[in-house]
This record gives sequence, C-alpha cells and structure tokens, in this order.
Amino acid sequence: MKKRFGLGLALFGIAVWFAGTNPARAAGPLTVTGAGATFPYPLYSKWFYEYSNSHPGVNFNYQSIGSGGGIRQITAGTVDFGASDAPMTDEEMAKLPGPILHIPTAIGAVAVVYHLGGVGSGLRLTPDALAEIFLGKITKWNDPKIASHNPGAKLAGSDIVLVHRSDGSGTTDIFTNYLNTVSAEWKEKVGRGKSVNWPVGLGGKGNEGVSGVVKQTPGAIGYVELAYATQNRMAMAALRNREGHFVLPSLESTSEAAAGAAKTMPADFRVSLVDAPGKDSYPVCGLTWLLVYRDQRDEAKGKALVSFLAWAMHDGQKRNAPLLYAPIPKTVVEKVDIALKQIRYKGKSLY
Amino acid sequence: MKVGANIKDFLFEKTTALFALCVLGLTLLLFALLIRESLPAIRKFGVTFVTNSTWDPVLEEFAALPFLYGTLVSSFLAILIAVPLGVGSAIFINEFAPGWLKTPISFLAELLAAIPSVIYGLWGIFVLVPILRDNFMKPVSRALGWIPLFQGPVYGPSMLAAGVLLAIMVVPFILSVSREVLATVPQVQKEAVLSLGGTHWEMIRIVIGQHCIPGIFGATILGLGRALGETMAVTMVIGNRPDIVLSLFQPGYSMAAVIANEFTEATGDLYLSALVEIGLVLFLLTIVVNLAAKWILTRMVPGRAGR
Repeated sequence: MKKRFGLGLALFGIAVWFAGTNPARAAGPLTVTGAGATFPYPLYSKWFYEYSNSHPGVNFNYQSIGSGGGIRQITAGTVDFGASDAPMTDEEMAKLPGPILHIPTAIGAVAVVYHLGGVGSGLRLTPDALAEIFLGKITKWNDPKIASHNPGAKLAGSDIVLVHRSDGSGTTDIFTNYLNTVSAEWKEKVGRGKSVNWPVGLGGKGNEGVSGVVKQTPGAIGYVELAYATQNRMAMAALRNREGHFVLPSLESTSEAAAGAAKTMPADFRVSLVDAPGKDSYPVCGLTWLLVYRDQRDEAKGKALVSFLAWAMHDGQKRNAPLLYAPIPKTVVEKVDIALKQIRYKGKSLY
Repeated sequence: MKVGANIKDFLFEKTTALFALCVLGLTLLLFALLIRESLPAIRKFGVTFVTNSTWDPVLEEFAALPFLYGTLVSSFLAILIAVPLGVGSAIFINEFAPGWLKTPISFLAELLAAIPSVIYGLWGIFVLVPILRDNFMKPVSRALGWIPLFQGPVYGPSMLAAGVLLAIMVVPFILSVSREVLATVPQVQKEAVLSLGGTHWEMIRIVIGQHCIPGIFGATILGLGRALGETMAVTMVIGNRPDIVLSLFQPGYSMAAVIANEFTEATGDLYLSALVEIGLVLFLLTIVVNLAAKWILTRMVPGRAGR
C-alpha cells in the first residue's frame, strides 16, 4: 500500500513537472545561453540588455567564466555560444562536433603602464627594449636602450620592477603574442599563452592586482587592459610600431590597427592584430570573438542568435567606444555579414 | 508509548548515522575525483611532479615543488606569528583584562574571523604591503640584508607579506579556541597556586603547562589548516612567482593560489590535469598535517600528565 502511494506520488510529480515546463517553454521568452571571456563582459551585458529591450521575447544568459571555460562549454555543447579573447587553436577545433565561426565583436588593447616619479604618459619604448625588459636583460630605467629614445625624460638609475598577470588571461595572451612577434629571443625562451613561465617579475591577480603593485611601487612596469589603464589614469608608454612611429594606446590607434589588418583578414577571422601595419596603429591589441556553430541544432534559438549577431555588428558597435572598446572597422563588418549568412539550420540559412 | 519511543530512537540514530556517512562519502568522492582527473599528469610526470620546479604552461611542463614550498613556508610563518599573538591575547583577556575591555576585544576578534578573505587580500595590497615594505622590509634589508632570510631587492609582495596576512587571518581562530581552553581550567587549581605564594606568571605557566597545551596545540592546527588552504588573500600579496628562495622578502607562490589563478583559463588536458594534481597534493598535505598533529597530541598528553 505504502509503496503504491509512493509510486503514485512520483508519477504525479513527473506529470506536474512536464505540465509545468513544456508549455511554459513554448510560450515564455527564449533564453539564449553563452559563456566565456571576462574582458568583453561589460560590453556584452550592455548589448544583451539593449537587444532584449528592443526585441522582447529573447533573453540572454551569459556567464563570464573566462575564455578557457567558454571554449570548454561550447565544445561540450552546454551553451548556445561561447566567447573567447584568443582564437581557438586547430587542435581545439578538431575536438568540436562541427564547424564553428569566430565572430569578432570588439578590439581590446593592452597598455604598458609604469610608475616613474615625474614621468607621465608617453615614455617611448621600442619593441626591443620592451622585450628585453620583460626578459630581465634591461634592469635599470636609465639603460641607454630606453634613455636614448627619451632625451627629455628624467630617468633615474632605479631598478625596474616588473609586474605581470598571475591569472590566466586574454590580456596576457595578447601581450605575449606581441613579444613573440617582435622578439626571436622571447619566442624561443618563453613563448605565447594565457599563462607563461615568466623569466622575471611579480605576478598580480587580475588588472587590479597588476595596477595595485604598479601604482605603489616606484620603478614598476606592467601591462593592463587599455580601459582599465584609462579609467585609473595610469601613465602609459608609447610603443614604436612597425612603421617606426611611437604610438600611445587609444581607441583610435586600436581601430587603426584593425583597419591595417583588415586587408589581410582571413575568412575565419582568426587573426592576430599585434604589430599590425599602419602609420598610427598601436601594436599591442587583439580581437575578442563570439563562438557560434555553423550548424544550429535549434531553429528558434539559431534564428535569435543570428539576428542578435547582425544587430551587434551594426547597432551594437555604436556602444563600443563609450565603454572603451574599439569598434570593428566597417570593412571587417562587411566580411562578418557574409560569414553570418553561413549560419544555418538543417542546411537553411538563418540570416 | 514505550514502543513509539524506541522507534523514534531507532530512526534518530539511523538518520544521524546517514549524515555521518555522507561526510565520509563526500571525502572519499573528492579524493577519488582528484585522483581520476589528475591521472594524465601523474602518468606523464610521476614523482618528478613534486621534485622538479618548472611550471611552463606553454611547453606543458609542470611540477609543483615551488608551490608546495610556498604553501608550507607561508603557513608556518603565519603560525609562528599567530600563536604567540593569539595565545597571549587569550591569556590577557581571560586572566587580566578588566570586565569593560573583555567584551570589545573578543567581539572584535570574532569580527576579524568573519571578514571575507578577498577583503583581506585587497587590504593586503593597498595597506599592509606598503606599510610592511616601508617600515619593516626596507630598514631590515639595509641593516641585515646579508642574512639569507632577508636578501635581495625589496618589492613588497613577498612570502613575508603572505605570512603576516595569514597570521592576521588565523589569530582570531587561535584566540577564541585558546580562550575556551583556558576557561576549562578549574578555578580551584588557579587559586591553589596563588595561595601557595605563586605569582600570576607562575600560575599561568603551571596551569597552562598542565592543562592547556593539548588544547592550544589543537587551536594551532586549526589555524594551520586555514592557512594552508587560504587562496584569495595569499595570491594577492605573495607575488605569484614560482621560485624557491630562502629569502622571505622575495615573492613566492602557493598551491591554492596557482589553482585559483590558472584554472579558469586552462585549456589543454594535461594543463588541467596538472592543476588538479596540485589540488591532490594540497589535499594529501592537509591529511598529513592533521594526522601528524593527532600523533603528536597523543604522545604529548601522557608525557604532560606524568610530570
């Protein structure tokens, strides 16, 4: 008797559960889920908020768990889209159930920041000097390799205290990618990644950890996201780009870099923007991407996702600059539009 | 009536047994999962994982010795500072403090225990590290820089900063457990020592020697456990540099800190597995520390009683 009652209760429960969820799902708002990069999170939340307001019926749930987590989740298929500050490697893409598209959404720049009493923004650094500082070969601020390009600056013979990110991060990936590109020695000894085996220096956790140490330690140098450096009014270095000009990081010089790279933009957008051509382009920047499967499994969600992406590439881009993200240049947006048309459900384009 | 009571007793006993089993099961599950997930790294690196010191995510070469060293040194440093502080203030509060001071001190100590560790970390970066650097590390480095413990340039974030911050976080635990232990001493015994002409110091020394050492040792182990596993606060002040250096003024790294720092962005299978293996090493370390503490305690108690 007792057992039967229990069984009945269980069945009743299941029935209620079905009755509760199914119709609700059909009638309620559609929720598109995503996970990944923390760097573009402020921009994405603004986009999701505005898009949901102008397009009732579509909600977004984005978890900023880090690019690595985003790639893992989209690979496992537990989210509808992923987000990453570093493009997926060929090895990672081989593990995917189907082809994936990298949709570039914004450009981030990494600023080299320092703390030198009496020296404001604009200290000039050559790629060589920067690489040698981070390799631990230049240890004093008055080293001729720094001083010769900064005749006006009062550089004392103080020790350089180097600060890098200790947590795995897309910022580190862009920065080490740059050093990897400009210095053969860096490439051989350290390499590129979200975490690397730093030859020298202290590790600070997050942008706040790095800037905390830089701000308090006379003689310190480090790197943080441009937005973070700007908001905290930190002294930023002007880096020499490949055309020989010293350029300060800014939204304009970042967009310049993207425009410079646009001509050679590959069809899958997995491109590095470091050391990009262009007279005014800042050399340490990178794209951030949304990761979307070409073949969508759910028609309604796929359609919502594609129309959101189309909105993000046009209307959404206007929100980038106020939040200190450089917008994607027009020439690249045209290419992304073509890519978005490839997203399909059972062979039918969702655009 | 009686039968009903028996059933209630039976149910109560079995339910509590079930809860106890849950705790056991959870620990075993945790252990099994850590082993399963770290298998690729164990197979690849074997023993060298705890004897080598290269941590290179780019070349996928992983070894945990610097992290193990950092965890042990920062935690023991913390205990070294926190035990005298905690036990000393417990004695003061219980034995000497006037009534109006007792409550505020113990209230503040309990408040310290309730502060989230990330707050400690931020306070560490912005307040503790500059104070330590300018008022302690720099003068000491100038005067005693030739001693290996204080060698090298002074940055601020360092093993010492981590040890001091951990000590501050651990003191409330040692303080409140020590107070409980001191409170268990029968008043008659204290009065007996005093009535024989003993001073306050003699009274405390004899009473603590006889009664309280095992309890205070327990408090120390509790504090050590907290220090070993502390993550957020440590990573913010330790400097996150996987080097093994004797100098306390140089940056170091701890096991919990490297997991927190690198887990979210780790993509390679071997990389993830190596991070989990660090978790496994940390897990084993805490077990070893606890077992050693139990062992020392059982040896210490009869020894004390025989005095």
